[in-house]
Amino acid sequence: MIYLDNAATTRPKPPGVVEAMTDAMMSWGNCGRGAHAQALASARAVFSVREQVARLFHAKRADHVCFTPNSTLALNIAINGLLGPEDHVISTDREHNSVLRPLYRLHQQGMGLDFVQANRQGQLQYEEFEHLLRPNTKAVVCTHASNLTGDLTDIGWIGTFCRAHGLLLILDASQTAGVFPIDMEAQQIDVVCFTGHKSLLGPQGTGGLCIREGVEIRPFAVGGTGVQSYLETQPADYPARLEAGTLNSHGLAGLGAALDFLETTGMDLIRSHEMALARRFYQAVHQIPGITVYGDFTTEWRAPVVALNIGTYDSGTVADELAERFGIAVRPGAHCAPRMHRALGTEEQGAVRFSWSWANTEAETDQAAEAIRILATEV
Amino acid sequence: MRQKEVRCVVTFRTTAAAMEMERLCKESGLPGRLIPIPRTISAGCGLCWSAPSEAEGALEDLVMAQHLMIDGIYAVLL
Repeated sequence: MIYLDNAATTRPKPPGVVEAMTDAMMSWGNCGRGAHAQALASARAVFSVREQVARLFHAKRADHVCFTPNSTLALNIAINGLLGPEDHVISTDREHNSVLRPLYRLHQQGMGLDFVQANRQGQLQYEEFEHLLRPNTKAVVCTHASNLTGDLTDIGWIGTFCRAHGLLLILDASQTAGVFPIDMEAQQIDVVCFTGHKSLLGPQGTGGLCIREGVEIRPFAVGGTGVQSYLETQPADYPARLEAGTLNSHGLAGLGAALDFLETTGMDLIRSHEMALARRFYQAVHQIPGITVYGDFTTEWRAPVVALNIGTYDSGTVADELAERFGIAVRPGAHCAPRMHRALGTEEQGAVRFSWSWANTEAETDQAAEAIRILATEV
Repeated sequence: MRQKEVRCVVTFRTTAAAMEMERLCKESGLPGRLIPIPRTISAGCGLCWSAPSEAEGALEDLVMAQHLMIDGIYAVLL
């Protein structure tokens, strides 16, 4: 089996992840609940992961890293905790439903909402940001990379734009954290929302928000924190403010091991490997008659994703052929990116998305390209 | 039960702050350990740093120098 659906979740996880989770489950108590050795072991390890995440995003404070089960919940917390009906928000056509649906819900409650449109090639026109500004614009919420095409958003440009106009920048780093540099200071990002199970190479059920000091997010859920128990409201201090209930410390043990792997191996090496494989695949397939590849391949600086279609074939049929005949796992359909599919004109057909990670090989990539060549000749 | 003595106790508003305190104390060679917060200080659950009373000055210096997010420093008979 050739797994090329790493934009959905990376597989396999690097060495040490499973072992760390097993050790945690066999030995740890509850993080922040008690002062015995087992509880402290968990609390120390979870804090260490906060420090790793803060280092990764160049955040000043580890205690401003708040954990959630995934980036969808992190985005819900950031969006609902910072924005309200009186505000106006700018987003983009590249967004995943994890950004879109929280924004749409607030829009239904009265919040102003505009999108920087993607053109037929999926590219954003950055001058549109300026045109969409309103007096009550409070934030830009955007993804770092399209989960459909892999095209990167220029967050440095957007960060500068946000600072110039006094806006918050909430970044969805689901597809890029751990592979592409994210610097909250240099790129002027206020909140980075991340998931552990994609490019960070950790387990599902991990994710969170990394928050710039001074950004005050209203808590989404309230409840047990292990501290200030007689207070009737959620404690005001991060991370407890956004972490009601028992943390997934077992999952975070795995995320910590994955971050160890990323730090030891090096983000640049992993990114180069993944990008080289995606480029190799693109070079092999983009000129095959009947193949349409989406996104901007004039730049090397893009997430390791190639989305394509064969003629007018249903993307689901193509993905099924790839799985059943060639043992290749990819993702067809809409990829939770409805605005991007509308922009690309693929709303009906969907697209077949190939995505790479650290463990993929050139041989696998070549087999996938050959499978596409065979299927294209059969249309 | 062990014999009681006056200890220097540092309290925190989050577990994360307690973890940071523990790590920095270990790195600085300062004495103490994390214990459940005494009910004479707070009825809430949580952790605090308990150290010999003579370490109070050094702990205060560390808190100030590292901008640690503490809730308070107490002398408590434990």
